[in-house]
Amino acid sequence: MSEPQLLVHDLKDNVGVVVVEGLSAGTEMLCVVTEDNSDFGLKANQDVPIGHKVALDDFAVGDTVVKYGEDIGRIVKAVKKGDHVHVHNLKTKRW
Amino acid sequence: MADRKIMAYRRENGRVGVRNHVVILPLDDISNAACEAVANNIKGTMALPHAYGRLQFGEDLDLHFRTMIGTGANPNVAACIVVGIEPEWTGVVADGISETGKPVAAFSIEQNGDINTIAAASRKAKEFVHWATELQREECDISELWVSTKCGESDTTTGLSSCPTVGNMYDKLLPKGIYGCFGETSEITGAEHLCEARAATPEAGRKFMEIFQAYQDEVIEPFKTSDLSDSQPTKGNILGGLTTIEEKALGNLEKIGRTSAYVDALGPAEAPAKGAGLYFMDTSSAAAECVTLMAAAGYVIHTFPTGQGNVVGNPIVPVIKISGNPRTLRTMSEHIDVDVTGVLRRDMTIDQAGDALIDMIARTANGRNTAAEALGHREFVMTKLYRSA
Repeated sequence: MSEPQLLVHDLKDNVGVVVVEGLSAGTEMLCVVTEDNSDFGLKANQDVPIGHKVALDDFAVGDTVVKYGEDIGRIVKAVKKGDHVHVHNLKTKRW
Repeated sequence: MADRKIMAYRRENGRVGVRNHVVILPLDDISNAACEAVANNIKGTMALPHAYGRLQFGEDLDLHFRTMIGTGANPNVAACIVVGIEPEWTGVVADGISETGKPVAAFSIEQNGDINTIAAASRKAKEFVHWATELQREECDISELWVSTKCGESDTTTGLSSCPTVGNMYDKLLPKGIYGCFGETSEITGAEHLCEARAATPEAGRKFMEIFQAYQDEVIEPFKTSDLSDSQPTKGNILGGLTTIEEKALGNLEKIGRTSAYVDALGPAEAPAKGAGLYFMDTSSAAAECVTLMAAAGYVIHTFPTGQGNVVGNPIVPVIKISGNPRTLRTMSEHIDVDVTGVLRRDMTIDQAGDALIDMIARTANGRNTAAEALGHREFVMTKLYRSA
């Protein structure tokens, strides 16, 4: 298999993690789900740094983001599939 | 791999150590200068200066003594000199360490002054160095090691690669009989339900939840000024792509693997007392504080996954750094002992990464200096529970 640009932990997840440096907007990413090694394609809408997340679905404000198959917080600004997901549009539900 | 033999130091109490330090331990902040002078006089010794030890009381004083005694008692320490301002508390620490059977000597400064104390302690330290340097490593089983873990400067790559590498190591070595330890009470926020479910008994799970809730109620609630979003995740975590404490906690918990269950929840620096197995310890998530507490509980090797590149070490315990972040390996590889970037490229499995870590644990136990040791990282940081009297 060629090297993936995006890894997803769990089949239930709705975000994945960029695992290469210098990913630029418009890249057709090879995405791999580590749980079962399945793969799919997704276009990145922005430049996204290594380690940062990309949305696998569209999100509305208030939607829950799932990673590791678990709740990691709520969307506070609408997100399109392929968008960069980080502190500008995702917040903790804890503190 | 998990059945390897190692060459290590068998101590008087039967425990296995992987280093052979002669430690010059200050009871209190004002004894640091004398301890550093002794360590300068006598090569092959090491002073452990720290900031506390005066006018502490109650639970905070108990923790101070437990950390001091546990540090001197650690099997990586061959012999220990304790220096304090007055003889009584100095004696409490020296007596506690001497229960292990190792050589210990106590010196106090009042009525002697620094210069006479340094002279007397230096003569004893020289004796200890001659004695310790003739001790020989002997064959021990890897299962006799006590191996702790805590991650730092985490990012999303730690949850994908270096933390599950530690988890895989625990899944392989805990069944062989090692003692394991994880902690970081505040960094389990968002995954506490999963952590509670990983207890070996309902009692251990209840103890963990009490510790977790006490931190929320007694520390966060009374002391927070807004929320903790500026501290947890840290600015380094956020640069690395972690967004929320829940996300950080889920990655953090990957360190305890898939099959391991913790047998007890310990107080800070509390030695495990329920036999071999995995333990949770109530610790800060700050790296040096956490590693210092685990070393004081008797752990002899620390495994430390990092994403963005935490550089922490410990004076008596080798800290093995594991990273899967290719940028960190490109920019600061001198800090990393185990490179698991292949996990992100999908050309290394977690099983292979776990074996690579076990190999590095065995080599470290045999005497290989870790990156943190070679670079001189000796962070020794006492945990303080509240203001002194």
